[in-house]
Parts: sequence; C-alpha cells; structure tokens
Amino acid sequence: MAFIPHTAADVARMLEAIGVRSIDDLFDEIPAELRAGVLDLPPAMGEMELGRLLTERAASDGRPLNFIGAGAYEHHIPAPVWAIATRGEFYSSYTPYQAEASQGTLQLIYEYQSMICALTAMEVSNASLYDGASALAEACLMAVRANRAANSRRILMPRAVNPIYAQVAQAIAGNQSIMFETVDFDRAAGRTLLDSLQPYSGQDVTALVIQQPNFFGNLEEIDALTDWAHRNKALLIAVVNPTSLALLKAPGQWGTWADGHQGADIVCGEGQPLGVPLAAGGPYFGFMATRMQYVRQMPGRIVGRTVDTEGRPGFSLTLQAREQHIRRSKATSNICTNQGLMVTAATIYMSLLGAQGLERVARASLQRTADLAAALGRVAGVEPAFTSARFHEAVLLLDRPVAPVLAALAGRGILGGLDLAERYPELGHALLVCATETKTDADIETYARALADVMSPSRAAA
Amino acid sequence: MPELQLREPLIFELSKPGRGASTQYPPHAAGSAEIPAHLRRAAPAALPEVSELQVVRHFTRLSQMNFSIDTHFYPLGSCTMKYNPKACNTFAMLPEFLGRHPLGPEPQGFMACMYELQQMLQEITGMQAVSLTPMAGAQGEFAGVAMIRAYHRARNDAGRTEIIVPQAAHGTNPATAAMCGCTVKEIPCDSNGNADLEALRAAVGPATAAIMLTNPSTLGVFEHRITEVARIVHEAGGLLYYDGANLNAILGKVRPGDMGFDVIHMNLHKTFSTPHGGGGPGSGAVGVGARLRPFLPIPVVGKDGARFRWLTERDLPQSIGRLSGFTGNAGVNLRAYIYMRLLGREGMVRVAEFAALNANYLLKRLQAAGFEAAFPARRASHEFIITLKRENRLYQITAMDVAKRLLDYGFHAPTTYFPLLVPECLLIEPTETEAKEDLDRFCEAMAAIRQEMEQDPEKLCSAPHTMPVRRLDDVRAAKQLDLAWKPAA
Repeated sequence: MAFIPHTAADVARMLEAIGVRSIDDLFDEIPAELRAGVLDLPPAMGEMELGRLLTERAASDGRPLNFIGAGAYEHHIPAPVWAIATRGEFYSSYTPYQAEASQGTLQLIYEYQSMICALTAMEVSNASLYDGASALAEACLMAVRANRAANSRRILMPRAVNPIYAQVAQAIAGNQSIMFETVDFDRAAGRTLLDSLQPYSGQDVTALVIQQPNFFGNLEEIDALTDWAHRNKALLIAVVNPTSLALLKAPGQWGTWADGHQGADIVCGEGQPLGVPLAAGGPYFGFMATRMQYVRQMPGRIVGRTVDTEGRPGFSLTLQAREQHIRRSKATSNICTNQGLMVTAATIYMSLLGAQGLERVARASLQRTADLAAALGRVAGVEPAFTSARFHEAVLLLDRPVAPVLAALAGRGILGGLDLAERYPELGHALLVCATETKTDADIETYARALADVMSPSRAAA
Repeated sequence: MPELQLREPLIFELSKPGRGASTQYPPHAAGSAEIPAHLRRAAPAALPEVSELQVVRHFTRLSQMNFSIDTHFYPLGSCTMKYNPKACNTFAMLPEFLGRHPLGPEPQGFMACMYELQQMLQEITGMQAVSLTPMAGAQGEFAGVAMIRAYHRARNDAGRTEIIVPQAAHGTNPATAAMCGCTVKEIPCDSNGNADLEALRAAVGPATAAIMLTNPSTLGVFEHRITEVARIVHEAGGLLYYDGANLNAILGKVRPGDMGFDVIHMNLHKTFSTPHGGGGPGSGAVGVGARLRPFLPIPVVGKDGARFRWLTERDLPQSIGRLSGFTGNAGVNLRAYIYMRLLGREGMVRVAEFAALNANYLLKRLQAAGFEAAFPARRASHEFIITLKRENRLYQITAMDVAKRLLDYGFHAPTTYFPLLVPECLLIEPTETEAKEDLDRFCEAMAAIRQEMEQDPEKLCSAPHTMPVRRLDDVRAAKQLDLAWKPAA
C-alpha cells in the first residue's frame, strides 16, 4: 500500500485497542446517505512507470532557447542552491511555530530579511509573500493602513507597471474599495510621465506605484517621481527587480532627503531571479520591505533575534499580533503559509553570489540585452521602440503583427519574447525581449538569424 | 539524552572582504552598456563575502537545527505532516519542467498533468470545476469568498456581505472575509463539537453571503448534521464554503460537493503531500459547483480537441481575475499530481482510512495513559484534541510545557492552543504514513512526561533541554526589535 506502513497484524491490534471491528466503523459518524461510492480515478502507478510517463511528457515540452522575461527571468542557478534547499530538514519542515525545533529555518529567514534590507536599503523585510504580483497587492493594502495623511484610498498605477501586477492588485485589493487610477507613459521614452501626475498634485492620494526598471525594461526617473509622491503626502511603493539592485540606486535612497527621511516607503517585487527556476510560472516568492515606522502595518511573517532563558541568542517569529491567527478579522492580511522554501533557495543564492557576483550577473544581463537589441535591430523591419536607458529588457517594433513571427520562431525552438499587442495596442507591433547572463554571443546570433529569416521578404511573399 | 548544543554564527559573521564563490559568477561581458550616473547604486549591498564551502556548510548546519518529517514524527494538528514522497520532487524537477518560461507557447506535457490534476481534484471533492491558481490555503479562501461575492453581485444581491464562521474556525477564515470586504458573524459550538444549529438559524438572513466550515471541524470531529446546515444556509440565500484544511480525513469517504458545499479550497500541501518547505510554498486549489463556475480565478487549464490551453479573461469574462503573476504555484501542483498518480484510486481511499485508524488508536492509548480527550463521546477524525486543563490545575503544567518537553523526547510538538475554545489543548494529527511503533513510542513519551508532572515538574517547565536554544524571550523579541543584521558602522 502506497506509503502506508501497517501490516495486517498491526491493523488487527490497533482495531482491538480502539474497540471496533473494522476500519470502516471509524467512519460511522458520517451519515450513510453521504458516503462516497468508488472514485473515478486512474489506478495507482509505481515510481518506475510514473517516472517514464513524466520523463516523456517533460521531453515533449523540449528545452527552447528563451528570450522572454516580462517578470520571470532565466538566470544561472548555482548547484548548491537546490542541493541544500531540498534537504529534508528544510523541504519537509513546517512553518517554524516551535522555535526551539526550528532554529535553522528561523536563522535563515533572519539572514534573508537582512539581505533584502541590504539590497533595498530599507529597515525591515518580512519573511516573504506569494509572488511579485500579489506582493504589490499587499503593498497597496498596506499603504492604505500606513498613510494616515490620506483618506481617498486612491492609488496611482502607471501603465508602465507590469499590467498583470496591476490586474492582480485590482483583483485582491479591489474588494476593499481601493481605487486604482492609471498614469500614462511617454511614447518616445517609454517612461512614466511626471506631467501625467500633475492633475493629482495637491489632491488626496494614498500612494504612487513605481516599477524600476519598468515593464518595458526602461529606467524611470525615480528621484523626481518619489519627490512628487512625498510632496503630495502619498506613499511611494517601489516595485523592483532584485538582480537590478546590484547596479541601480536602492529604493531606500530614491528622491531627496525631506522631513527626516528619504526613499520609497514600501518596496516589493518578484524574488524569482534569486535562484528560483522558471518552472512554468511558480512557485516563486514575493519580497517586501519597509521603514521601521510602518512595521506593524506590514503583512506576513517576520523573524526577530532575541535571547533564550540562558541569555543565548536565538530566533523566533515576532510581531505576531498583526497576523490572522491572533487578530483574525482585524489582521493585516489573511496570509498564513508563505513561500519559505523559495526564500531558502534565494538566501543560499545571495550568499553564493554576494554583492560582487550579483553585480556581475546584473552587468552581464544589461550588456547581453544591449547586444540582443542591437543584433535584432539590424534585421530589416525591426526598430527600437524607446530611447530610454534600460536594464535587461527592450521593446522592439516590428513592421508586421508579432504573433505569427513568434509562432514561426517557436517552430525553430526559440521563445522570441512577449507580444505586447493585446495589452499595449497603442504601441503597434511591439515585442518585449530579454537576455540575461545565460545567453551567449552564439545564442543571440541564432535568434537574430532566425528572425531575419522569418521576416525576410521572400518568406513573407510565400 | 545528549546535551546537543548546535550553534552557528550568522553568515555575515563568516564574511571577509575579497572572498567569494567566483565559479558562480558569469564571465565579464565586453561592451559599453552603462547605467546613467544618477540612477546608479551608490555603494555595494552588504551581502556576505564567503566561499562556496562556507555557504554549503553554513546552510547544511542550519538545516540540522530543524525538526522535519524526514527526521522526526511531526504530529502537528491541522497541518497533515505526512511523508512527502521523494519521487514528487525528483520528477517535478526534470529540467524541461524547471526551465519552462510561463509566457511561452503552452507546454503540452506539463499542461496534460495540470488538466488531469484538475479532473482528479474535481472527482475527489464532487465539484464541477477546479482552478489551480491560488498559491496557498489562505489565497484559496480569498478566491472562494471573492467568487461568492461576485455571484451575489451578478444576481443584484450585493447586500449579502456577512460571512458566518464557527467560533472554532481557523484565523484565516475571518481574516479572509475581511479582505474580501465582508463582515464576520461567529456562531458557537455545542459541547460535542457540533455547530449550534439554533444559533445558525438566528444568524442567517438577507445579509448572509455564506458560511465557512471545515468538516471534520477544527475540533477534530465530523459535523454529521451537515445536510441540515446546508439547508438552513441555502434557504436563507447564502452559499456554503468548505475549508479543505481537514480533507485528509474524508478522502474517498465523503465528498464536499455531496455534502452541499458550493465551493471548496484544498491545501495541496496538506492532503496531497507537497512539502511544507519550512513555511511554504503551498497551493490552495479551489473547486466549485455550477453556480460559481463562471467566477473561477484564471488561468484555468482547458482543452480544445487534443490541445491543452490556458483559459483566460476571454473564456471566463466573469472571473474574479488573476491572483498571481503567472500560473500560481505550478511546481507545487505538479508534485501533487505525481503524488496522486502514485496513490491512484486504491491509495486515495486508504489515506483517510489509515489517518483515522492512527488517530483513533493514538487517542485511545493516550486516554489509557490518563490524558483527557476534549470530546470523549466522539470518534476522532484524522486528528483529535487532548485537554490538559486538569493537569494545569493540579500541577500548574501548561500545554506549552508538554509541547516543549516532547521536543526533548525527539517528537515535534502537536499544535498547541488551537482551537482557542479548548483550554490547554494539544491538537494531534498523526497522519496515515506513521507506523504503529512510532505511535507507541509517542505514547510512551507522553506517559513519561505525565510522570514528570508529579515527580519533576521543574524539568517540564524549563523544557526543552536538548535543543539548540532554550525557551526564547518572545516579549523581548517584540519590544526590542532586531529584525535584520547590520554591518558595524
């Protein structure tokens, strides 16, 4: 019997101890008319057979050459990351409620929080949320609680923010009558327009969301945007890519020093680039950091360092009075289980790379994307969409619809990027591409040649 | 018992300037791409500078400070800490699965697994459609209540904003209701652990959106008047929400859809044995009946002829929307799929049978050792509650003391102080994958602790004695907040 250790003799002795004749008697409190019949499920498979089925299915999906980013990024994952993260002691333990028997997980989370604070230049981090998109939704809910100067529940959401994040924020936070208002971007630069914020100047605004780099891969003028938010008593919610922070100004240092502080108020983002595989969309993890003054408004678990009864340092879950198991309907969020194992992987990843290694990854990705955009830009019928400085993604404009081009590339084993036609029709035939440090000159050349071939006049005529 | 004192410095304390794991760095990229000066980082982040071996040793040593299913009996009630088969991880980590970008063409091999998983979950729960996108139980609850609200709104009945929960409900239930903009009405339970039907009748009305129930309840007993509960709520115009926290107890025995529930979330990381990972990732798939089907969160896996594809806004225009950036915790769902194929039709029913056998056996043995069951007149489901209120009165021993002392005996503690209704309680869930010998050893430890209550209470009150740390100062942790290491100035 699959994973059941009982022998027939065990069962007999256990039933006798309980004082029933059969296992079925244990279900005698369930009314007979509710009892289920035989389930229509496939029969059991052994590990060997099932391994064969899954290996075949995986192989049928192949291993295409990937140039899609758009919120999930292919990076090298060092061998130690998952070799250690899948150790049973991490993999098969529960949330660290019994602190004394969970010091490994707790210390690791404390180290993770420290690393997120270091990367973002913020004062406190939580122990993770589900993913980048839901982290932004939680950040919006948190901003409403934290910003005592605003009553409008109005949050400004630029169109240059990942549109799926905006959708998720709407789905999750919209139930609490939060209003999201869109802010346009400059068509030439591909950046959020300070001018389009002017109608809101002097008005009651709860928060402004800024993604850096933005969804197009372009770099926003974060200092001016942060200062605008603070001048208008709005909180600044920063959505950032953790890899990029090795090169880009940390959110805690955005804008100018005013009223005793500087920088973003809430920072969140997708943690996947830090050692988590693409895996068809998850599991990833969301990170969140803030200033100490808002820590009690932050959702999710937090680990603190304290001492035991003998004065030795140790770690435990703290500030639990914010959480659902204590506060119930008054909690900061309903989140309970988070993405612990992904945090384990990310902490090992950040330890291995360090600031120097992470900067090398960021710099290589920056350069690779510049190389890719240049190589694809030489193909007839392809032009850059925007003039801004960028990180590791670029938008290209094609002289024809993108979808058939991507389909033809996929037929050659290349995932050529993301078609923006549906979400940004005003851009025309726009294609979002990404190259990280994993792409070689030869990979970029392969893509450029394939694109030239797919878009060549002879093929178009045929 | 050995006085094992594991200590490990912070990774930052192992750091030295100039050290690093350089084989993990990419080659220097030749080129002139640069970030404009005013957008650049001012100084490197204070991440540790350590060698690869230091990293491996540090995190391996940290892992050794954890209890886990792989190393210990872990009878944490309501958490279903059963064996996580290694095959689930090995196959889910096949390179083609891991390397797949979520926004590329739909990978048919992977999606075949997801489609079949949706179908198996539908069959097991008796629901009509399933969405795998919620990323944990609490997000599944959110999806469920959001669908209920969308349903009432679509019927121009938007005034239904009250969610009824039993007093003993898990904290995520009221927290979820609040997140969905609803208010919460609590109803009491009777002395046998059943919902008070009179209170329920008084509570329902034109503002009732739904009732959220766990069955077997958080008190570890089956709500056998569930059909009556369903009738009362449905007649009042409300819907029934099934919290799947305790689905392990009834797998193949009774289906939530047949009990009258309109929506259910499942914790795949409990019932279907995906790992808890020290706090996640979970997966909170939702199943719905016909009424809520149009509102399912997207994406859902659909099938056109022989081809699988993601159903989106276009297919489900009334959907409550997207709850994740991509597809939810896809890799967790894949592990659940593998687990379910390993068990198959026969194995699935045995889950509930042997979970119930183990729980009822353990309860009887603990009662024989002198412990008091919270609901002695009731059958245990897959878990049960022991109350230490008598011991507390006689010896000033708390449930926390017993929990901590169990760690010294090599067992993870049961859930303590939940549900809040039962004083000094231990919620014990052995799961079906534990052998009789392990249950017997646990009983012996509990019996020994019982003796210590009389003979050496000090040993109990100061437990644990063999962990890397003694009891921690939680008050100090909350007052003198130390939430991140900072480099010396």
